[in-house]
Amino acid sequence: MRVALFVTCLVDQLWPSVGTATVRVLERAGCEVLFDERQTCCGQPAFNSGYRDEARTVARAFLEVYGRDDAEALVLPSGSCAAMVHHMAELFDESDPWHARAKAVAARTHELGAFLVNVLGVDDVGATFAGRVTWHDACHGLRDLGIREEPRRLLAKVRGIEFVEASSAESCCGFGGTFSVKYPAISVAMLDQKLQALELDEVDTIVSGDVSCLMQIGGRLARRKSPIRTLHLAELLASER
Amino acid sequence: MSASGKEAPGPEAIAHLDSEHFDEAVVKALGDEVLRGALRNATELFSSRRSAAVASLPDWEDLRERARAIKEETLANLDAFLEEFAANAEREGVQVHWARDAAEACEVVLAVARATGATTAVKSKSMTTEEIGLNDALERGGLLPVETDLGEWIIQLAGETPSHIIVPAIHKTKAQIAELFVEKLGIPPTDDVTELTLAARRVLRETFAQADLGISGVNFGIAETGSFLVLENEGNARMTTSLPRAHIAVMGIEKVIPLFEDLEVFLRLLPRSGTGQHLTSYQTIFTGPRREGREGPEELHLLIVDNGRSAMLRERVTRQSLACIRCGACLNACPVYQQIGGHAYGSVYPGPIGAVITPQLAGLDKAAKLPFASSLCGACRDVCPVKIDIPQLLLHLRARIVLGDGPPGGKSTREGRFLERLAFRAWAWAMAGPRRYRFTAWVTRIVQPVVVGDGRIGRLARRLVPPLGAWTAARELRAAAPRSFRAEWRRTKGKV
Ligand code: SF4
Repeated sequence: MRVALFVTCLVDQLWPSVGTATVRVLERAGCEVLFDERQTCCGQPAFNSGYRDEARTVARAFLEVYGRDDAEALVLPSGSCAAMVHHMAELFDESDPWHARAKAVAARTHELGAFLVNVLGVDDVGATFAGRVTWHDACHGLRDLGIREEPRRLLAKVRGIEFVEASSAESCCGFGGTFSVKYPAISVAMLDQKLQALELDEVDTIVSGDVSCLMQIGGRLARRKSPIRTLHLAELLASER
Repeated sequence: MSASGKEAPGPEAIAHLDSEHFDEAVVKALGDEVLRGALRNATELFSSRRSAAVASLPDWEDLRERARAIKEETLANLDAFLEEFAANAEREGVQVHWARDAAEACEVVLAVARATGATTAVKSKSMTTEEIGLNDALERGGLLPVETDLGEWIIQLAGETPSHIIVPAIHKTKAQIAELFVEKLGIPPTDDVTELTLAARRVLRETFAQADLGISGVNFGIAETGSFLVLENEGNARMTTSLPRAHIAVMGIEKVIPLFEDLEVFLRLLPRSGTGQHLTSYQTIFTGPRREGREGPEELHLLIVDNGRSAMLRERVTRQSLACIRCGACLNACPVYQQIGGHAYGSVYPGPIGAVITPQLAGLDKAAKLPFASSLCGACRDVCPVKIDIPQLLLHLRARIVLGDGPPGGKSTREGRFLERLAFRAWAWAMAGPRRYRFTAWVTRIVQPVVVGDGRIGRLARRLVPPLGAWTAARELRAAAPRSFRAEWRRTKGKV
């Protein structure tokens, strides 16, 4: 399958290894990966902060790139950016041609884990990982897109993995985009409560499908000098050790 | 009189409103370990009870759909349903009153109280009367209002406002309540819950005997029959509405439902969502005052309040705010509420639903911070029995606030957002094309080493760029990678 990769701005600039891992996993699953260098951002930071005009500007740039490509699917290593693509049409009046374009793109847009399991029907990508791992459900993937079982099925097939389902897997990490810097104290308090219930003594790696959550969780763990590390789903699935 | 007054509500749409100091209140709440402990225990308990109760109903999702559909239908024709409801209630002998805003509503209750010659009024739990500041108004009018719901009574005794719409004293520990009783009632120190409850009951029983007016809220008004329903667990609402000579029930315009049989849906949703009960201990349906062969108070009044609600009807997205049945589930599920509690919101309506209805009732400029105090995690939407898309409402309100929506001739909400607006403009410029994007990334990599460093410039940058300082106060910053993914893609010609 020909797949367009929207790597997301955060992965592109802060976490290129996640982009690389996403390409590996997709190729291993039999996809041909296209990367359009005109891509930038989905517009989510502005959309979620109430800056609709600014979000619209960026959304148009996004739709310029993906409104006309010939890939069968658009895959993102992020549930929250994938959810943003699904919200994109709301930025335009129904009579506006951009509305229809946004809808058409959204219809073939998928978060990586959901794409593997639901579209390709693959839950074993041949990964091997030695470690005790727990999963963090990123909110938009979980509650906007309904992605719950897909990553767990993928993790279950990783060789050598010890998976620990945390009681707080579904609680928000407190990131929330600009919320994390508008209300940093609430944001961190939310995370600390989540971490308290994560059975931290039992795991060495926290995995999630969104680097924004990993930035929050990893940034806090690093400040606390915790040995626990964070990993993106794509990195875990690309891992062969 | 019309229920859909188009004018903005009066200056005091929500009593004791203090949402403008949200930031300060958050700091205070987060520093209060006792409060946070109490919140954690209570919200966890109610959430787990709710989950268990919901799991016992296999058609839960179906019920939610039906409830939402009933609410949609009602709200789309609210004028007609309200008129039908009022006409049927009047036919049963109820004296129906309408109030455009909080001040008018309080006036109506005072007038009824004066006409009955009441000096003491007993009240069962009602958020609408909290909203309109009825207790203060009654006191100013020379009456003694006494709350009879245990939680509300505790709050009144302590001189506070409720911090949860179902569990008003959720922020208080048992020890704090015991201390309050020792101080205010002069009982000997005890931490026995039964003894504390008995102490409250003794005081309340005496009050019931003296009261000439009973004031209640309304959970559902039934258009078809002109009846209304009050749910409760302590039996105090029954006493409030039956012992005094007159009873006045206060409801918002959104409380009406078309048919008696619609209760079947809501009665299964509300108690389960609120307290995790399959049904509340008491449910009382009122259809007119005492008559031959019918129980009830001698005089029955019904007060229907708008107070800013009809303005929400105008748009589809805001209209859903009025579908709320005040179950409180979204508060318990909210990770922000769990950390800061209800008082920090500075509104009698806290939590997710509070963050969307407070600015709509009181004016965006009065509560412009609340819609931003959310990570948009969506836990509220998942638990809401009437499927209100609270994150969507939060986003809608954020956009209106950013545009500077304010009351006509009043304060704009846009002030203080100059730098933020500038930042988003710059960001949109940078993201609108690949060249600009690469240029911005290039600049970032140049300034990054000094800006995120521990040196003087780094410290200065954290002071001058508030988001940077806010992030790094308790978290490490993830810096831009030496080489971006796109650079890597280009270098390897797609063989990354
Ligand atoms: S918004 Fe929904 S969950 Fe929250 S109180 Fe209202 S009905 Fe309950």
